[in-house]
Amino acid sequence: MTNSIHDMGGMHGFGRIAPEADEPVFHDRWEGRVLALQRAMGYTRLWTIDGGRASLEALPPLVYLASSYYERWLYGLENRLVQHALVDADELAAGRALRPGVRLNRKLTAADVENVLTRGDYARPAAAPPRFRVGERVRTRNINPPTHTRLPRYARGKLGTIEAVRGCHVFPDSAALGHGENPQWLYTVVFSGRELWGEEADPTLSVSIEAFEPYLVAA
Amino acid sequence: MPDTPSHPPEHSELSEMDVRVRALESLLTEKGYVDPAALDRIVEAHEREIGPHIGARIVARAWVDPAFKQRLLADATAAARSLGHVSRVGSHLIAVENTPSVHNLVVCTLCSCYPWEVLGLPPVWYKSAPYRSRAVIDPRGVLAEFGLTLPPETAIRVWDSTAETRFLVVPMRPAGTEGWSEDRLAALVTRDSMVGTGLPKSPAEAA
Repeated sequence: MTNSIHDMGGMHGFGRIAPEADEPVFHDRWEGRVLALQRAMGYTRLWTIDGGRASLEALPPLVYLASSYYERWLYGLENRLVQHALVDADELAAGRALRPGVRLNRKLTAADVENVLTRGDYARPAAAPPRFRVGERVRTRNINPPTHTRLPRYARGKLGTIEAVRGCHVFPDSAALGHGENPQWLYTVVFSGRELWGEEADPTLSVSIEAFEPYLVAA
Repeated sequence: MPDTPSHPPEHSELSEMDVRVRALESLLTEKGYVDPAALDRIVEAHEREIGPHIGARIVARAWVDPAFKQRLLADATAAARSLGHVSRVGSHLIAVENTPSVHNLVVCTLCSCYPWEVLGLPPVWYKSAPYRSRAVIDPRGVLAEFGLTLPPETAIRVWDSTAETRFLVVPMRPAGTEGWSEDRLAALVTRDSMVGTGLPKSPAEAA
């Protein structure tokens, strides 16, 4: 979902930052297991990284806010497993298999783990040259799709400048829906703080987003 | 099952989560979807091998080797991979340099995107609502809560990680480190200094 609670940029009321000295990598054993389960199931390629993000964004807002980070990951993973018919809800409730598993094309073994410890490459061949050049002024579109997007609300309908062309990448808005990679040019677009937050914003502030070409129009 | 509960009667939400995750892992193992040995290896790599010491080596090299720094700023993935001891750098890593006039700060307002291969998994605060909501609208207020007050004339540039590009801040080399070895310099480079919520340690702090 797009206009959901996960899209937090610019919101007020969440309070102070609470850095933890000497923070452990995982605060409890189960957090590491959730991360590992997520990576292992991601390796099956039954869904994309954007499909995974969309499953977190689809959590009810009160659940999202009341849950820790890895709790959200767990709930999103459980929902995805059921949606993809890999497990059934009664099996989740029972905590054990009631039926045989379906056959997977890929299963992560310990020997393959090195491959998931390096992030993937999301660049793809481009069907056309980039529409915008570095230095060009652009306006972000005012879009409100009910499905996954990576254009945050605070940066919609805003005037910015193309600062870099980052290549042609898998388009999250399509990939999250299982509609294929639909590669699009990706740009770093920078906005002044005043464009985003108004005349009283810190005049020394600028903020950039990574914006896919369908998010942009020439200004 | 033992007769006596293994947890205190008022057992915490965390222990309930532990039970739930163990059940899911055994379910997925029974189904033939996951290999517990692979899960062990993933956890081990994150607990023991992947962390901010990797990014610190990259930054320290950039401090001592201007040609490397130029390559890093032009294509951080390729430059980092050229360091023999930094093996697992994925695509689309972008290094952004702090200068006396610009301070960079990295956030992911939508989720938790973070250059984990070079910094390790993100800390809780990076994934928290306060940081994600405020970094883009009130970065000076955020930095103050980390104990960092920048000169008012220093411009602040916030990078919102809204795609698969990942950002590594190259902080400024601390004064008083002339002639230091790369290893000694790397010990000054903190995780927060590579996110932008801190500065490297000074020689006095490292002593």
